Amino acid sequence: MSFFLADNIISSLGFNTKETFSSLLLGEIGIKQIDNKEYYSETFPASMIDENRLNVEFKRVAEKYSNTSDHTKLEKMLIVSIDDALSSTEVNIVCDKTAIILSTTKGNINLLASNEKDSFEKERVLLWKLGDVIRNFFGNPNQTIVISNACISGVLAINTAAMYINSGLYDNVVVTGGDIVSRFVVSGFMSFLSLSPTACKPFDEKRDGLSLGEAAATIILGNSTDDEQKLVFKGGASANDANHISGPSRNGEGSYIAIKKAIIEAKISTTDIDHISAHGTATPYNDEMESIAIDRHNLCAVPVNSIKGYLGHTLGAAGIVETAILLEEMRQNTILKTAGFNNLGVSKPIFVTDRIIKKDLNCCLKMASGFGGSNAALIISKTES
Amino acid sequence: MVDLKISRYCHIMDNKVFVDGSLRFEDRDAIGLKQFTKSIYRFLAPSYNKFFKMDEISRLGFLAAEVLLKDVDLTDYSSDEISVILSNSESTLLTDQNHQDSINDFDNFFPSPSVFVYTLPNIMIGEISIRHKFQGENTFFIVENFSADLIANHINNLFLTNKSKVFVGGLVNQSNDNYEAFVYLASDKGHLQHNALKIKSLYNNKIEY
Repeated sequence: MSFFLADNIISSLGFNTKETFSSLLLGEIGIKQIDNKEYYSETFPASMIDENRLNVEFKRVAEKYSNTSDHTKLEKMLIVSIDDALSSTEVNIVCDKTAIILSTTKGNINLLASNEKDSFEKERVLLWKLGDVIRNFFGNPNQTIVISNACISGVLAINTAAMYINSGLYDNVVVTGGDIVSRFVVSGFMSFLSLSPTACKPFDEKRDGLSLGEAAATIILGNSTDDEQKLVFKGGASANDANHISGPSRNGEGSYIAIKKAIIEAKISTTDIDHISAHGTATPYNDEMESIAIDRHNLCAVPVNSIKGYLGHTLGAAGIVETAILLEEMRQNTILKTAGFNNLGVSKPIFVTDRIIKKDLNCCLKMASGFGGSNAALIISKTES
Repeated sequence: MVDLKISRYCHIMDNKVFVDGSLRFEDRDAIGLKQFTKSIYRFLAPSYNKFFKMDEISRLGFLAAEVLLKDVDLTDYSSDEISVILSNSESTLLTDQNHQDSINDFDNFFPSPSVFVYTLPNIMIGEISIRHKFQGENTFFIVENFSADLIANHINNLFLTNKSKVFVGGLVNQSNDNYEAFVYLASDKGHLQHNALKIKSLYNNKIEY
């Protein structure tokens, strides 16, 4: 059995889960118009980290660990995130039964730009090196397990952590993930014409593309907990559409399979699910596909939300950010409204939240989908059996 | 005890293709991965036009899977029971560099969606899954050196937790001056035990080629 022990979110709206969640409850939107020629020639909306605050927080953590090395922005985000999550647990990071799993799509990709090339050694742009830098900072003895599987990386990393804990390989796993907004990613999504000119509008009839965001997040899982309110990882799976590399399946096949397998592993029935945290990127195809997968599981009456209208699509961090938000929703028995959503714009009559809902949340589903036809799902419950 | 077996494995390196340790194809004249993957494509003749849209590393992974799965009958399994678990050390560095070169300055700015989409290593898994209609688990790991322990353990766990019954596992890598693919097929049928020790020894066989 794997339990959720602690979590953290470093986002445009806060530097821990509680702070970020409080902002979401108040309806604050982290997505702003960015005017920065280093990223793009025109303004574009994105959810960005407060770099001054990041540097202050990082300095404090670096002093605590007596670390004087230079670190990239993403490394600082991940380190501050892990430190905050660790501080509320007894988990021993230097123990060989503790592993770190890192979820990222592009890591330190900004180092590839010609003007950044000389600031760090060449291999710093490689994702395994990022994993190495993180574990060396904390003195973890195990090679960091790096997962780079597009936008399902975060959910996949959590599923992998639980699987390794359940098999006895590790007692505790620190799942961390992050990606930054960079010229590389902004220009790529711009070339795809998939960015909305305004803050994104998940599941809405007027949705017109995604918003990018940067974030780091950490979730610590372990094989035991003293928490009175237990949050248990019940099941998780991934599946491929086997249909198209840059567009989701028309019948939601991969997502449907991932949810089905997660439900089987969790030994629950669909009627047990109290709330769904969708991927909800606000691209026309993704949201439509998710509505079909939800409908195929007869879950149309279950409240669904997407938090990408607040924090944007944080890529490799997204699955961890959104699972951490889901855990907080379960602790507070409160379902967030879907920022940007007004009128349902998908073909299936799913219940997208347009307001905050108070509801006992015992069992919840997290969905994710991404390029490469990849889909993932996981199920969290408050009860062990 | 995990009852998962390896039935076939394939190496692609140094302008050569090996199946179960035996040389299957060679093109000594090919210069670089792009030329060599075209040679392999002509040799296999899969008649699959999507191949020519792929970046070089996806072509390498696609062809490694073609060789591995040639004449393999997986009709006993449903598509969601077949998984692809791959790894490498450089992610998609060369394609990343291509995209970066197209955006370095705004006076010469021509990012292409068909390049950008390949800047994710799991796109290769998507290409293999589309070709063979595999709908099981997907994971792409990034490790400095090929880790038989990581891949074997991950696949054994997916098998033991009933997530999947058939696996394509291994390594597909491309760096600035080299490339390498090592993939194997694991299922309940086969003659070699699926464990880290065995995978390590199959992988290290390449030294004797």
